[in-house]
Amino acid sequence: MSEYTRRQLLGRGAAGASVLTLPGLLAACGGGGGIKSPAKTAASAPVKRQLAKTLNFSNWPLYIDVNEKKKTHPTLQAFTKKYGVNVKYTEDINDNQSFFGKIQGPLSHGQGVGRDIIVMTDSSGFPGRMIKLGWLEKLDKQSIPNMKNLLPVQQHPDWDPSRDYSLPWQSGMTGIGYDPNKVGSELTSIDDLLTNRKLKGKVTLLSELADAVGLVMLSNGDDPSKVTKATFDKAIAKMQKAVNSGQVRQFTGNDYAPLLAKGDVWACMAWSGDMVQLKADHPDLKWNLPESGGMIWTDNMLIPHGGNVYTASVYMNYYYQPAVAAAVEDYVNYICPVVGADKVLLKTNPEVAKNPLIFPTKDMLSNVHQFDAAAANNTTYKEQFANLTGA
Amino acid sequence: MSLRRRTAPYLLLAPGLAWLALFFVVPMYYLLNTSLQTGSLDVGYTFNWAWHNYKDALTLYQDQFLRSIEYAGIATLLALVIAYPLAYWIALRSGRYRNLFLMMVVAPFFVTYLIRTLAWETILSDNGFVVNTLQSLGILSSDGRLLATSTAVIAGITYNFLPFMVLPLYVSLEQMDARLIEAAQDLYASKFKAFLRVTLPLSLPGVFAGTLLTFIPAAGDFINAQLLGSPKQYMIGNVIQSKFLAITDYPAAAALSFTLMAAILVLVVIYARLLGTERLTG
Repeated sequence: MSEYTRRQLLGRGAAGASVLTLPGLLAACGGGGGIKSPAKTAASAPVKRQLAKTLNFSNWPLYIDVNEKKKTHPTLQAFTKKYGVNVKYTEDINDNQSFFGKIQGPLSHGQGVGRDIIVMTDSSGFPGRMIKLGWLEKLDKQSIPNMKNLLPVQQHPDWDPSRDYSLPWQSGMTGIGYDPNKVGSELTSIDDLLTNRKLKGKVTLLSELADAVGLVMLSNGDDPSKVTKATFDKAIAKMQKAVNSGQVRQFTGNDYAPLLAKGDVWACMAWSGDMVQLKADHPDLKWNLPESGGMIWTDNMLIPHGGNVYTASVYMNYYYQPAVAAAVEDYVNYICPVVGADKVLLKTNPEVAKNPLIFPTKDMLSNVHQFDAAAANNTTYKEQFANLTGA
Repeated sequence: MSLRRRTAPYLLLAPGLAWLALFFVVPMYYLLNTSLQTGSLDVGYTFNWAWHNYKDALTLYQDQFLRSIEYAGIATLLALVIAYPLAYWIALRSGRYRNLFLMMVVAPFFVTYLIRTLAWETILSDNGFVVNTLQSLGILSSDGRLLATSTAVIAGITYNFLPFMVLPLYVSLEQMDARLIEAAQDLYASKFKAFLRVTLPLSLPGVFAGTLLTFIPAAGDFINAQLLGSPKQYMIGNVIQSKFLAITDYPAAAALSFTLMAAILVLVVIYARLLGTERLTG
């Protein structure tokens, strides 16, 4: 079955290369509409436990420790020193959708993408989808004994229940960011954000479906980890009303940060880690978990098809040492998934260890929710959300 | 000898034709094929002459199509109004500083498109100079704004594509024989009449090229609407981008792309007819 599918896909590729036999290829392209089953060939092959010369690691910008003077990454250098594996670290993931768009071509043709580790967000739905499509390699868990340090709440996500394909890199919370000087009061309610006339035209919402819909569902008293059509429609309708009334100015990705700093935006849906970085320059700005609850998401290390499983797994094991994770955390400011990293940081940089946006309190963690991975992949929902955001 | 003479033009054409075939015809075919498929990334796509993709594209996204044409049209007109005097002045009046001024027109292109657009976020900021001035003049209401409005989007497009308008206009004006204007004036034409009867017609090829070079990419643009507009300003480019990358509905995205291309082609043909092709080539 998987072989057949692959050939079918290759057929599509070939169609692009030859125009001459048009009718024949049209037929070939149309043939067979069967449902794809995950390609099992790659996953069942025994792991070759030999380190590669180079580890190709693609990650998001500003997401690892940096030695500002030498522009190097100390934890990666230490890894190279210890294992003799060079790390080619590329910051080429800016948002899940575009990156998925970039790698889906080769992966759907059964080709590798020249990367051993990539990092993608669970709430985007793409990691779960890639597992189903058979585009990810299984981790070599035997080589990752430090997996025991994974935060207990992170151990069984519904899209990868036993973490066979993924390990968290960092997590973050989604809540309300605002400028108290402009708003004039404490802001902890999504309803306020969407309806308080004082904020008209000064509010942005996030263009990530899971974050925006999740926060609004919580304010409706609904559960974002179990999305139904009724609760989803209700959340969309509520945001639509705020868009129509002129309350909402834009839907943004990370670009709300400069707008908030400049004062064009007074209050917005915002990510915890962004706010830690923003507050460094603008100490007045505030970030709150909404009283109705915030969202939590996790960026996961994944091994795309064709990546070197053993080398990638050895690196993951290295990262899951509390001391290494702490060194990364000291720079990154999102939520660390490695147990014990805070204890290391208490000694090296207590300010970071005590920042609730980086090591959230139990109260905060009990008030954040994950988004339904199946809903994040639902085409109808995505279209509804796209229509709301204007496209 | 005669054989070589007959084949030489074709041989010279070959690289260009190969380029066109490889980078235009093949992708076009692939896009057309995709636009007639149904399915999703998870179950695979099936080619089944799904013409309804086109019907959906036209009925669901009519607003964004019309908006794209409207914004691109206004921006092209504005660019023409701004660029014509500028190009005229550089070509005929700037003397030895001509190259310097041309350089200044092109200079913004040394900065990436995205940064240039983001700069407008600062220029049009709610607390910025422009908005404050317009507010104190009473043109904008005290809680009015420019960012996230259609004014900002059109301003961004006009700015970003202005050099595409200036350069062709400059070339056509610069090539003009200045003695023709003298001759017109010798024959008792006023300065204005000489411009209307001599300069303007002779610069029409530049106007034609400039408007097309501005209008076509502007109609497909999505960066300006995304950064300077709100959902109410999104253009068809935003829809296509979202269909391709967010929803991964490739057939719908391909159908939208094809529809946009067809719409632009029709408009260009009408435009060329109105302006008269003989005048342009002759």
